[in-house]
Amino acid sequence: MNCVLELKNLGFVYGKGTPFEKRAVDNVSLTIKRGEFIGVIGHTGSGKSTLMQMLNGLMRPGEGQVLLDGRDIWEQPKKIREVRFKVGMVFQYPEYQLFEETVYRDIAFGAKNKGLEGDALDKAVRDAADFTGLKPALLDKSPFDLSGGEKRRAAIAGVIAMNPEVLVLDEPTAGLDPMGREVLLSQITRYHKECHNTVLLVSHSMEDIARVADRIIVMNKGKLAMFEPTKEVFRRGDELSRYGLKVPQITNIMQALRRRGFDVPEGVLTVDEAFDALLPLLQKEGKLW
Amino acid sequence: MSFISIQDVFFSYDEVEEGKPVRNAVDGVSLDIERGEFVAVIGHNGCGKSTLAKQLNAMLLPDSGKVIVDGDDTSVEEKTFDIREKVGLVLQNPDNQLVASIVEEDVAFGPENLGVAPDEIRRRVDEALKAVDMYEYRTHAPFKLSGGQKQRIAIAGILAIRPQCIVLDEPTAMLDPSGREEVISTLLRLNREQQMTVVLITHFMDEAVLADRVVVMDSGRIVTQGTPETVFSQVELLKRHRLDVPQSAELAYKLRGCGLKIDKIPLTQEDCVAMLEEAMR
Repeated sequence: MNCVLELKNLGFVYGKGTPFEKRAVDNVSLTIKRGEFIGVIGHTGSGKSTLMQMLNGLMRPGEGQVLLDGRDIWEQPKKIREVRFKVGMVFQYPEYQLFEETVYRDIAFGAKNKGLEGDALDKAVRDAADFTGLKPALLDKSPFDLSGGEKRRAAIAGVIAMNPEVLVLDEPTAGLDPMGREVLLSQITRYHKECHNTVLLVSHSMEDIARVADRIIVMNKGKLAMFEPTKEVFRRGDELSRYGLKVPQITNIMQALRRRGFDVPEGVLTVDEAFDALLPLLQKEGKLW
Repeated sequence: MSFISIQDVFFSYDEVEEGKPVRNAVDGVSLDIERGEFVAVIGHNGCGKSTLAKQLNAMLLPDSGKVIVDGDDTSVEEKTFDIREKVGLVLQNPDNQLVASIVEEDVAFGPENLGVAPDEIRRRVDEALKAVDMYEYRTHAPFKLSGGQKQRIAIAGILAIRPQCIVLDEPTAMLDPSGREEVISTLLRLNREQQMTVVLITHFMDEAVLADRVVVMDSGRIVTQGTPETVFSQVELLKRHRLDVPQSAELAYKLRGCGLKIDKIPLTQEDCVAMLEEAMR
């Protein structure tokens, strides 16, 4: 199996040995295959951010190992910087991290530090801008003249330009309007499809996760509560609500119909799927044109 | 007269410079909010809804037009503090709104500044914390609470000022599903049990559905308004304004497009299941 990331008995404790000691991540083991689109969900304080920050060596695990392409990322602590080019991290509200004079230079910053230059750097910047839907005309502007949505795209483009093997996005759609969410999500999906890179998407929006993820990591109180295909996770609605999470409204509606004896499929995740499932049933009843 | 009356308000952040067209963030809005009403305001990023919210308690003043709160004009400087006692504002990020290192001290900050007597402060703080269901956390440190809990502390801080109206600008944008539910059910309870006037600005359509009235904004103007039923039946109009409808409404709308007879677009899960059950029996 071609796995890109492997976590072995990973653990992390904040403030160890102090009265504020708190175990944030507790014995997490899992394997992520190359090219997978992984959703990460969990309530606030469930440990998902700590887990994500251990993936690129921003935090050093107290226990266990993170293997990237089969090698422990802390094998040579001095080379940890290389890991950060391979596992690109987009934090929450990344628009506050822009700092360069132009959008172009801001996007180029990471790729340049990685060692790209000349035409290769130019191509990386322009491709990343294209993936995130930033118009070329914006590249010469100051990042501070962009709208909030554009700033966020620019920040994401800066990470994509490094062409990371694994792209980690922490709540990339928080605070965006419905259309903004939709567009950004479809751009991330397109990036994933065309680059075949692995994507981890952390989100509080079950609807978003349901639409894009192949498999879902569910964190609860620092432990890995589930790591299953998307349909399987959202089939276990009762369990999710115990973890302070939810199931998309449409999944609940179809589940309720199933319980009432209607022949609709299990694990419907999107409105389109529900529509396709209901159409023949309604046709049979002669309720449609 | 309405509790809050917004009368033909224009507002722009641009400095008026020669030769530069001025873009109005609020571009001629008139809106009346009644006492005890729960109003949701929706609209895409940059549509002017946050700017409008800040007009409601004199954080911003109109360039032209008037905002009257409980009979007082917000542009009259002597009335600013009266108005802010009546209309409290809660913002998106709870971390930017908490000032003290102990929950109850944070909630006491508002009434302390108003010069309320100490025993009255005690009473108000306890009451406010109970209203948001955070009384048992009164001696905790805010930074160790979850997002939903912090946001409820921020709301309690406003309640302790004893306002008649709370305006919330995307209070759930940074919260997880259960945190969102905590905040929204707190608002509903305040509205229904204490007749608090609530103005909720949100990007979540399933929250807007719970309001008495939904106001849709775009380019600084009100595009449409009405009960959630009337607003969310206009699926195409909403999509044109970069908005969305709850999944139940979207499904019903698509099925109606194929000829299914639907009297009322369902806004909640339960209504949608009932409607589909009816159609397939």
